[in-house]
Amino acid sequence: MSIALLEVRALSKSFGGIRATDNVDLTVQEGEIHAVIGPNGAGKTTLIAQLAGMLPSDSGQIVFAGRDVTRLPTHARARLGMARSFQTTSIFHDLSVLDNTLLAVQAHAGHSYRFGQKARSDARLTAPAMAALEQIGLAGKAGLSARKLSHGEHRQLEIAMALAGKYILLLLDEPMAGMGAEESAQMVDLLRGLKSQKSMLLIEHDMDVVFALADRITVMVSGKTIASGAPETIRADENVRRAYLGEETSGDA
Amino acid sequence: MIAVLLALAVLPAVTGAFDQPFLLDLALRIMILSCAAVSLNLILGYGGMISFGHAAYMGIGAYAVGIPAYYGEYSGYIQLPIAVGAGALFALVTGFVCLRTKGVYFIMITLAFAQMAYFAFVSIEEYGGDDGLVIEQRSEFPGIINMEAELEFYYVVLAFLLGALFLVHRIVGARFGMVVQGAKGNEARMQSLGFDTFRYRLACYVIAGAMAAAAGWLMGNYNYYFSPEMMSWTHSGELIFMVVLGGAGTLFGPVLGAIVLIILEEELSGATVYWPLILGAILVAVVLFARGGIEGAIAMLERRK
Repeated sequence: MSIALLEVRALSKSFGGIRATDNVDLTVQEGEIHAVIGPNGAGKTTLIAQLAGMLPSDSGQIVFAGRDVTRLPTHARARLGMARSFQTTSIFHDLSVLDNTLLAVQAHAGHSYRFGQKARSDARLTAPAMAALEQIGLAGKAGLSARKLSHGEHRQLEIAMALAGKYILLLLDEPMAGMGAEESAQMVDLLRGLKSQKSMLLIEHDMDVVFALADRITVMVSGKTIASGAPETIRADENVRRAYLGEETSGDA
Repeated sequence: MIAVLLALAVLPAVTGAFDQPFLLDLALRIMILSCAAVSLNLILGYGGMISFGHAAYMGIGAYAVGIPAYYGEYSGYIQLPIAVGAGALFALVTGFVCLRTKGVYFIMITLAFAQMAYFAFVSIEEYGGDDGLVIEQRSEFPGIINMEAELEFYYVVLAFLLGALFLVHRIVGARFGMVVQGAKGNEARMQSLGFDTFRYRLACYVIAGAMAAAAGWLMGNYNYYFSPEMMSWTHSGELIFMVVLGGAGTLFGPVLGAIVLIILEEELSGATVYWPLILGAILVAVVLFARGGIEGAIAMLERRK
């Protein structure tokens, strides 16, 4: 029996009169890739922001690694092991590729009120950072300014940062957004390879990607979860077909 | 830049030989303002915190000389810690509020706090109101250094400048500096990595405030005088000018900026009453064509070689 790493109960958030998320229940088991799908405006990104602590929730509860984190600020959740990647690439453009990764290591290496040693020559930081870059395949570009990377490499760097720190759950908001077919396929391989190390909550539009990666799928429509289960169950679910998958899957099925 | 620092180190011998005390005086002013600019650069250049109230800390430092002296207390062992402590405290309290805002709001609120300090001291008649007061003598460090001797004071100031540069160099290279620089680029990302950016930025703000107050302590001693005018927003603007002109986020940039600004002021104000106009034009040119300031331009030329 696997353990629930993340448990979301009846989570809601309204903006004015619009319920962006409406009584969302969700469980991510340890070691699984859990995909959240749904049409635009279904509240997926709001959900991620609530989980990561960037938006306060109106009601409901978030339990992460056995702790109620509903009221914890973003940085505290991240220290417990939640890593969020952003829909639009969010890295430190002014810093080098290695520096970006190094910061992720540093975030989990105790407090940073340290003035004595140079961070860039501190092997306790650089070694794990380089290891993560090796794994992602960016080690050769460690010294480059992050600004100089291609779009696909930026997304890879984000994954490297999530790997470098001691994160246990990755919240991935459309990690393939804006990628070409080839880059996207590489990313799928990469994420699949990471499954043994990290649990993931994945928001993705591309159904091929979702069905290639996900152990379980939750479907959101208008802020509500309408179905949750194994990919085959979701594919077969009449409600889901009607509400969302529609032509898209019946076409290539 | 090493050459500039060496020149500053041997300057007293040269000015002594050629009997040019005016030059020494100019160098002193440059170095003291450099100290303040270096501290501003820590938050503005490296931390992205554009404080428009940095002169307030210099004023606080000067009052930390003047007020104890007014009561007959001249010991530097008391005055300097008061300056640094008061600067740090003012930064802690105001930073706690300021750092909850961003962008132009941050600029305006730092300005507002500095103006509050300015008017607070204007209203205190006991210490001269808006005229300020004369300080009878410089801070005393009996048996160690006699700051009344111009040459000894000069080397004290130079030591402070080197100390400020060393401090900033260490801070930005260390883990603490990595966090501050990361938060400059992308604060939300830093939080999602697990950093409580507010606290780190506040700590950085306090360090810079304490450093600027130490520079103000030097300034009070240099002028034998303190007044609220030192806290005026025009002086805060000058400090920003130095940092941007020299190169924000470069170690030596603020020193170069201070040298160029003060020498230009000296020369231009003698030549024409419209000198601020020329300074303004120079700043516009730097911002448009040389984003990295003087230090950035030097680095670019070196790369081309």
